Parts: sequence; C-alpha cells; structure tokens
Amino acid sequence: MAKDEFQTREFKVVGTRVPRPDGLDKVTGRARYGADMSAPGMLHGYCLRSPHAHARIVSIDTSAAEAMSGVKAVVTRADFTVTPEDQGTRDILDNVMADKKALYDGHTVAAVAATSRSAGMKALKAIKVEYEVLPHVIDVDEAMKPGAPELHEGRSQESVPEGYSQNVLARSQYGHGDIDAGFAKADVIIERSFTTAATHQGYIEPHACLATMGNDNQGDLFCCTQGHFLVRSTCAEIMGMESGRLRVTSSEIGGGFGGKTTVFLEPVALMLSKKSGKPVKMTMSRDEVLRASGPTASTSIDIKIGATKDGRITGAWGDFRYQSGAFYAMNGALGAMCGFAPYDLENLKTVGWEVVTNRPKAAAYRAPGAPMAAFAVESVMDELASSIGMDPIDFRLMNGAEEGTKSAYGPTYPAIGLKATLEAAKAHPHWSAPLGENQGRGVGCGFWFNFGGNTSVSLMINPDGTVSLSEGNPDIGGSRASMSMMAAEELGIPYRQVRTIIADTASLGENDVTDGSRVTFAVGLATIKAARHAIETMKARAAKTWGIDADAVEWVDGAAQPAGPNAGKFPPLTLKEIAATMSNTGGPISGHHEANAEGAGVSFGTHICDTEVDPETGAVKILRYTVFQDAGKAVHPDYVEGQLQGGAVQGIGWALNEEYVYGEDGTLQNPGFLDYRIPVASDLPMIEPVILEIPNPGHPYGVRGVGETGIVPPLATIANAVSRAADVRMTSLPMSPPKLLAAIKAK
Amino acid sequence: MVTVTLWGSLAELAEGQRSVEVEATNLRELLQALELAHPALEPQLARGVSVSIDGKIYNDSWFQPISETSEVVLLNRLEGG
Repeated sequence: MAKDEFQTREFKVVGTRVPRPDGLDKVTGRARYGADMSAPGMLHGYCLRSPHAHARIVSIDTSAAEAMSGVKAVVTRADFTVTPEDQGTRDILDNVMADKKALYDGHTVAAVAATSRSAGMKALKAIKVEYEVLPHVIDVDEAMKPGAPELHEGRSQESVPEGYSQNVLARSQYGHGDIDAGFAKADVIIERSFTTAATHQGYIEPHACLATMGNDNQGDLFCCTQGHFLVRSTCAEIMGMESGRLRVTSSEIGGGFGGKTTVFLEPVALMLSKKSGKPVKMTMSRDEVLRASGPTASTSIDIKIGATKDGRITGAWGDFRYQSGAFYAMNGALGAMCGFAPYDLENLKTVGWEVVTNRPKAAAYRAPGAPMAAFAVESVMDELASSIGMDPIDFRLMNGAEEGTKSAYGPTYPAIGLKATLEAAKAHPHWSAPLGENQGRGVGCGFWFNFGGNTSVSLMINPDGTVSLSEGNPDIGGSRASMSMMAAEELGIPYRQVRTIIADTASLGENDVTDGSRVTFAVGLATIKAARHAIETMKARAAKTWGIDADAVEWVDGAAQPAGPNAGKFPPLTLKEIAATMSNTGGPISGHHEANAEGAGVSFGTHICDTEVDPETGAVKILRYTVFQDAGKAVHPDYVEGQLQGGAVQGIGWALNEEYVYGEDGTLQNPGFLDYRIPVASDLPMIEPVILEIPNPGHPYGVRGVGETGIVPPLATIANAVSRAADVRMTSLPMSPPKLLAAIKAK
Repeated sequence: MVTVTLWGSLAELAEGQRSVEVEATNLRELLQALELAHPALEPQLARGVSVSIDGKIYNDSWFQPISETSEVVLLNRLEGG
C-alpha cells in the first residue's frame, strides 16, 4: 500500500479539539492584518475610480496633482509598460488599472501616493479625466444578445456559436445519453427558469498591502491574500521583474472565501513605490471593496427534469448563463459540471456560458459557480418530488450517485458519500420535527470537487525538542492548528510542542493558493511526509548512537527504539533526547516535502432548513438549520464545524438578502454594509453541523477538503423551505421581503 | 491506446467525436498526442484543462501514469475558492 493511501489507525492528536494557536493574538489585537504593517517614510496610496459603468478614457491629466504639496507619485496605465504574455494576467492588469476603457463603476483609472490621507484625497480630485460615456450592460441575458453594448473585441473562444454578442466568451457542454429519448420516457416533466443576484464574499477585512520597491528593482510586499506565491508571480509579471526579486509575506487574514485569490491593489502599490522611491501602503474602503473587488457571478438558469411516476429520473437538461463581470471567469462551466453531480442520470445535457458585463470582475466565492446551479437543479428536484408524491429525500436517494455512477461531468465516481449524507439527514430528528403555521422545511444537496496542488513544507527539529513547521498557505480555515496536529500525530509528541508559521515566498518552494478546499488535504499530506522524513533522520541518528543499522530502528510514540530483540537492547531515545545531541550526531535535523499533490477526493453535503414566512411582510425567519457533510477525517472538529456553519450562514445571506443593486446608469447603488445586508447573529439560529467521517482513500489520515461544499446546498435548501412555507415556488434570489410578498400576493 | 472522453463542446472541435483514442502512457504524452491528432483542440489545451484519470482529477502532473484500461476524461480546467 502506498504511504499516501488511507490506513486505519488510532489517533491521539488528530480529531481532538486543541486550543487554536492564533486565538490569543486575534482577541488581543496583536495579530497583524494587511493594514497593520507600517514602514519608516511610508506614503499612503489611493485610487481614482471611474464613476461610469462603461466609458472610453479620452485623456488623463495628472499634472496638477503631481504639483501638489505632499504628493510623491501619480500613476496611470501609461506607467505599466510591460504587456504580460498570459491573457489571464493581462486581464488582471486591465482590471487593476484601466487601459483605454473603464469597464465598470469603480474601475481604477489612476492612483496617487501622498504623505497623508488629506493630501492624497486632494490629489485624486485634481486629476482630470475626460471620459466618453458608452452604453453599458449589466444583465447576463441582455449581454448575450446581438447588438448588446460590447466590452471587448475578438475575445470569444472557438466554442461560442454564431448569433451571440462578443460578450459571450465561452460555452461548455457536458452530459451523456440521449435527453430527447429520456424525456420521452418521463411521466412528469418540470421546466423552470431561475435567476440569482451577484453577491460579495463579505470578508470583514478589506484588501490592504504595504509595498516597497528599491531602485535596484528588488521589492518586498506585505499583503492580505489567500496566496502570496500567486501574488508574487502575478505582480512580478506585471512589473516586469524576476519573481525571485520580489518577496511577498502574507498578513493575518480577516476572511477571503475565494475573493482574495487574485490581486487588486498590490501592483498599483508596487508601481507607486517604484515611482516615489518610498514604501506605499494602500487599504480599500468598504465602498471600494464592494465596487471594485470581485463578487460572485449573477446567473440566469433554465432547468428541465423528467421522471417516471415511481420516481426514477429519465432525462435532465440545464442551461447555465453566468455573467463574470468585465473579464473572463470560468463559472458557468463549473455550474454545468456541478449542478447535477449528486445524481445518477442516464440522459443529461448541460451547457455553461461565460458572459462579460459592465460589473467588477467576478472572483471565486467558495465552490465558484456551484451554489447557483444547485439552487436551480435542487428547486426542480423538490418540485418534481412533490408532483409525484414522493418524500424529497427518498426521491434524491432513489436517484443519488454512488460508487460506479457516471458523473454529470464525465468521470465514474469512486466511493463517495452522497447517500450517507441523505441517510443521515433522513434519520435526524430535524427531518421529522413538527412544523407550525406559515412554516416550511426544505432539503438540498450539493457537490464540490476539492483540489490538491503544489505544496511545500519544512519541518525543523529544534535543539530543545520543540518543532517548527513552515507552510506556504495563508491560514484561512485553521491550517496552523491542523498542520501542528498532523505533525504531532506523526512524530508522536504533544500538539503544544509544534508551532506552525506561514513562511514568505523566499523561504519555501512554490505553494498554490489557499483555495479549492486544498490545504488540509495537500499541505496535510506534505506535513505528514515532512515529519516522516525527519523521523527517518532521527532513526538514523539513534542507530548511529547505538552502533546498529538504521533499518533496525523503529519510531514508536515519539521515540526511536530497536525494532526487535535481534537489533540489540537499548532504552528508547526520545525526540527530545535526539534533538539535544543533534550537533554531536550530524548537525541540524529537519524534514521537507515538496510535491504537486493531485488526486483529491470529491465531497457531498445535504442540508435541511426550516423557515417561517410572514405573509404580511414577506420577511423570512430561519428557524432551524442542519448540515450533513462527508468531511473525511475531521482533523480539528471545531474548525470543520465552523466551515459547515459558515457555509450555511453565507448561503442564508445569499438566499434571502444579499444583492448587488445597480441604477439605470450602471452604477452600484449599495456599496456598504448598511445597504448590502449580510446576516448578523440575531438573524440566525444555531447551525447544527453533522460531520460524516467517510475516509478519503487518497490521504493517509483519510482527510478530505471541507471548505467549499458547505456553501453549495443552502440557496436551494432555503428556497425549498420558503417555497413550501409560502406555498409559492420562488425562482429568483434573493428572496427579499418585497420580492416574496409580491409572489405571495400574485398567487 | 488510451480512450479519452471529451466534454461536449470540445468534441465539436474533434470532428464531433465524444471519445478519441491516442497513444500515451502518461498525462504529458496524452496531451501532446491529442494536440497532434486534433489540432483544433490546441487553443483549449493551451488555455489549460484538467484531466480525470480513474476518477481522480489532475491539472499539471505530466508524469501521472495512464494505462490502456484507465478511464480518462478531459474537463475544463478547474478553479476553486
């Protein structure tokens, strides 16, 4: 059996609820977030943003701003002289600093670095930009039509058929079988259209960074990000510098949820620093976060499912149209791949579309593309179950995917946990609890892929027997705790003996971004292997000390010992004892592991929600919410539960309230948390998480990613609950009180 | 020969074939052989794809072995949050 395959074992540290290592820093204010770093002589950077949704930039005159007292640098696109080779990086550059056109309200057109905020604000006002305002388009279906205002020319991929505007950048089709034959066998067919609004990840910490560029073309960057290695490579390409000359250190992070997997301020701050010769700090306001960093896509989706009277689905079809803001993002394809992934379907066809509009470029938001697709599919599943008089969980169980099922995106599933989550939901007291007047219960399923990726870990044995572990992924979900736990488990020492830090880009090999639910799986795998590497060295040191062969030594409970009576009779040497003599036995001891840890296992979840609808106002109250997720081995159950609860809470906001509201002129009308309403504690019941520990066969401890699946089922689950409570099918999110009241009155 | 399943819109660029056969023993050889046999796939292969091999998804690992009995499915390159 390969060492990275799951092996049943008794855990001593993994699976316990140890104290989190970042807790004290966070509650005492000692943790350093993006805006907490300063440097001597530091300047403050600010962006001038387009007030128009779509406009040609005729001219920019910065002369008056540059002449102002306290202003040390002004940059426009003219200062960015390098054209990145990769189209994705060119898009990022175009997004962080507009080129010939401003493509959305809030698009940066210039930036200043000044000695104070007031000097910077005055300078922004002194920059004269002449715009030629162009027609704009906000809605995805409108943007696809021939004759719609077009953002780019010649960017449509070869997959896009004739007859659409150039805003349609890509089309992806998935499925198998013959849907016409499938629908012909159906006794009942339900076809519905759905829409979802763009929502923001709602991280509490705004984007912030401190950039220092020397005139030797070497730089340092401290920033809030989900992936400082990606920040390094992207910024280096945009700045035209070698990546090894830019060191990026990630700050503590106040939420990301996918929205911090790219750059916004960082190249601008580096250019301002290069031009001024001073360190430059930039911090977005909340207005800027909402107007100019990436929300999720808004969507327009059509779903058709047919089934026999006894509950077997015979055919399914979905058309998933996603607007990705002003630049390409792959969300529609992911919707087309994920929406039907929980089901075993003989005949299926899905199409995903990527469409640009005059909105900020969509960024990832936990399982990008999947929640909206699940909302549409699971809503029709619910209606179909009702129409044939079947329990909605039984209907899903009858059609649920399992080992050997050909998935909606093509491959055949290995062992998976969907049906386990459905069975757990059905057996839970929540499913059979009584409901009152105006109350409804919904259920929904969701799927996400989970990734692995490039990972590098170093584990150092210190002379006093403590262990220092360096990983290269910002800790957004408890990775410092879980890595320390896995290292302690493998080394056979207490958790408190290990401290994990997030190393900068000059201190470790390449690490992919903290995304795709990859870190506990991939970095955990690397941590275990780095610990095993260090153990091999410690066994060799013990063997040398005893004068026996290294193969005759085994590692048990944190100590080297002879492997059997033939190896000799020596008392065990503990890790601490080996560490204390390491300078005598060969020098420092460490363990490393670097790999592209691919082949992560997929994940499924099922949610149940009870809602109460006020028929007078359309207001919805969430009464009870339970999450069931196939989470693999839960390394630190508190963090896993937090991921499941957080996904449900974000889904509640997405389903009920959150929405980018645009005016007739294409400008965002609600760029603040007073008007863009995320759920607060008083809106929520206790979310009950139920962890199903179905081991991932591709990880030695059975670990599976858990960070994203939890946000996939909530939109559908809540919509199904609200639709039952209000006795009207809701097909448009958010189900805000005015929208729900109108639907109730229209019954 | 390895049988590779293409997603629908990619199949349209491979003379409408939902599955094609290529000679390959690992991921790198597979992608090279696909491009050679079906030049219209080149733009998408250059943009990047993910490949499912026996149910596990790979993005970049050139030397991931593929056997003649492997189930190989090309996917849009996956991204996460």
